[in-house]
Amino acid sequence: MKLLTHNMLTSHVKGVTKGYPLLIKATEVKVNEVDFNPQFISRMIPKIEWSALIQAAEGLGHLQDLPSAVAPDFESNEDFLRKVHRALLEVEVIEGCLQCPESGREFPISRGIPNMLLNEDES
Amino acid sequence: MDASAENVKLVRKTKEEKKLLRKQIKASHTLLKHEGINTVTQPTQHLVVANGGLGNGVCREQLLEVLAGVGTVIYLLMPPNKPYAFVTYQSSDYSQRAHALLNGQQLQCQGQGQVVTLYLSFVERVGCEQQESAALPPGLLVLEDYVSQEEEARLLQAVDWATHDNETVHKALKHRRVKHYGYEFRYDNNNVDKDKPLTTGIPPVCDPVLQRCLKDGHIEVLPDQLTVNQYESGQGIPPHIDTHSAFEDTILSLSLGAKTVMDFRHPDGRSVAVVLPERSLLVMKGESRFLWTHGITPRKFDMVPAYESEGPVAVTSDPSNLTLSRRGTRTSFTFRRVRRAPCDCSYPTVCDSQCPPAPPVPSAPSLPQDDGDASRLEEQFVHQVYEEIASHFSSTRHSPWPRVRDFLLALPAGALVADVGCGNGKYLGINQEVMSVGCDRSSSLVQICGERGLQAFVSDALEVPLRGDTCDACISIAVIHHFSTQERRLAAVKELVRLLKPGGRALIYVWAMEQEYNKQKSKYLKDSKDKENMQPATDEGEHPVKQSPPPNSGVTTNASTDGAPRLSVHTNRTAFNSQDLLVPWHLKGGEKDTCKRAGSPSADAAPTPAGAPVFHRYYHVFQKGELEALCSLVEDVEIRTSYHDQGNWCVILEKLLK
Repeated sequence: MKLLTHNMLTSHVKGVTKGYPLLIKATEVKVNEVDFNPQFISRMIPKIEWSALIQAAEGLGHLQDLPSAVAPDFESNEDFLRKVHRALLEVEVIEGCLQCPESGREFPISRGIPNMLLNEDES
Repeated sequence: MDASAENVKLVRKTKEEKKLLRKQIKASHTLLKHEGINTVTQPTQHLVVANGGLGNGVCREQLLEVLAGVGTVIYLLMPPNKPYAFVTYQSSDYSQRAHALLNGQQLQCQGQGQVVTLYLSFVERVGCEQQESAALPPGLLVLEDYVSQEEEARLLQAVDWATHDNETVHKALKHRRVKHYGYEFRYDNNNVDKDKPLTTGIPPVCDPVLQRCLKDGHIEVLPDQLTVNQYESGQGIPPHIDTHSAFEDTILSLSLGAKTVMDFRHPDGRSVAVVLPERSLLVMKGESRFLWTHGITPRKFDMVPAYESEGPVAVTSDPSNLTLSRRGTRTSFTFRRVRRAPCDCSYPTVCDSQCPPAPPVPSAPSLPQDDGDASRLEEQFVHQVYEEIASHFSSTRHSPWPRVRDFLLALPAGALVADVGCGNGKYLGINQEVMSVGCDRSSSLVQICGERGLQAFVSDALEVPLRGDTCDACISIAVIHHFSTQERRLAAVKELVRLLKPGGRALIYVWAMEQEYNKQKSKYLKDSKDKENMQPATDEGEHPVKQSPPPNSGVTTNASTDGAPRLSVHTNRTAFNSQDLLVPWHLKGGEKDTCKRAGSPSADAAPTPAGAPVFHRYYHVFQKGELEALCSLVEDVEIRTSYHDQGNWCVILEKLLK
């Protein structure tokens, strides 16, 4: 699971109102190199929840001193875009789980795949 | 020879010689690459003869003649079905001569009638795996020369293929001609109408041979049914067991006109090829009659032992004793006795009397009455099935549908896309300029996405754990037809719309009831090959392997305990005759899957005695206008376009700006 995917995921347990962002509890994290495409990253930045990315990257130890707010000149700031690229696309959680911030329900991540299925009584 | 001398020699070679050398080197590379055969430049007694194999249609006699023409051959090994042979000469003088003279030699092979060119290379030693000689199936006898040539001629003459009459029944099946006496064998139910004997019984010309069988103790009572099959060269019969409930134990079969090779197979995978010479009698009793399947592979040449041996012959893969034999027209006379009481053999797993249509499949469900029913139905007849068939399913899903691809490629760069019900992820990587995330209910399929480096997670399409109002586009391809109530199908559309940001678009594909639209048949109807998993053609065989059909095949009137009509089982590649049905999936090539299935008895698998397990998936196929009507029930959305595409109904929805 890349952090870009994590940024889109939310808890959907019945009754939960604040299910975002999911807390990452990782036991194995990998960094896989991906070709850097500055335009793509620039296009993603306005679409993501920045604070959720910062929180996730920090939790995994891959913050790389990214600021708590998006750099105003981000489209022309290659150094910044490269760091965002690393956090969004290169850092991957392989094993661990995602935890719903409100209910505490944990969703396992195995071989890089989050399993978000709910039991009958949770949906 | 040093390198420079070699070069000088190469330079002096003629164009033809160089071409030959190139081809010879290429042939030896091919042998190494595909067969692991190491050739050497140093002369030895042994040569590998590329293209001189049984697999190329080259006969032992023919090859031996060529090879022996240049020196004394000690061994000639022809591994079964391989495009090469090994020859060992008495001395390396001979083998060097063969190497020099026979490279590039052309041979008109009998097999396919084409010309092959031989390329020879030295090898250190000859070797190929040799299987243990196979024993005949228990209860099987092959009696050679059971009838004389005169008797053979009389019997063949007695079969009148030319006239059609009502007294005997004859048919031209796809792969052979067949004629019945005494009783008609019906290929639709693989049985006989025991109360409807034909007016013509077994012809009297057969009496002498049948009396001999009685006297020799092969049978205790005379048969009352005769099937005459005529096979031209290249024709055959699929593997089958003669229906237990139709016939008594012993089955007699005379081979007339030409010899053939019959393949016998045990359910555990053992197989034995047995030569049936012309004028021989095959007696199948006990295990060989009840448990082993028998069949004839359609081909024009058989691999048979090259040298005469004593008694009936099981063809082994002994490469020192194999050659090819051209098939002629063979007529078989199969004598059987119609069974009057249920079969009580000791092989209940393959016995239709002892495991009557009560199949190992849980019985077909009826349409759900409430949401709990619906989710249980989908759990058993959708979710579990996809888990079981995931790898085979995935291997059949590689080419994207063109109009889905077009939709994805038309999205602006940087779009966020959710593929809800992404399967093996074939749409996730189509547009490299967008961010695609997939989800599917089947963790086996999502695992395949992960292995392909695609972003996907496991979830239900009714509860997608993605933030609302974020996606520029969503696709739902062949998913919503798996929901078994209108409420659930509506909920699935609403969930897609929830994910869309205002202005975002969703593309939905569902299977159409109308497989023929605007006078065009869909690909599903047209493709007779196994593209969407169709049962292999079985219409021409006697197929008790079909003894465990899905429950209630094609029956909608068959009520379940609570009186609700049961779902019908669809016949693949035919028009749908109801909207809610079970579609069979014939699992292929997965020993692993089979073992796995054994451990999960709740899964909807009906293993057939000699075939692949069959799974049934629930579908609700949509009628014209139904998908649009469903979408019109969803708020904040408009249908931008709707169309029919290869047997699917499709819509593009757009979420309205608030």
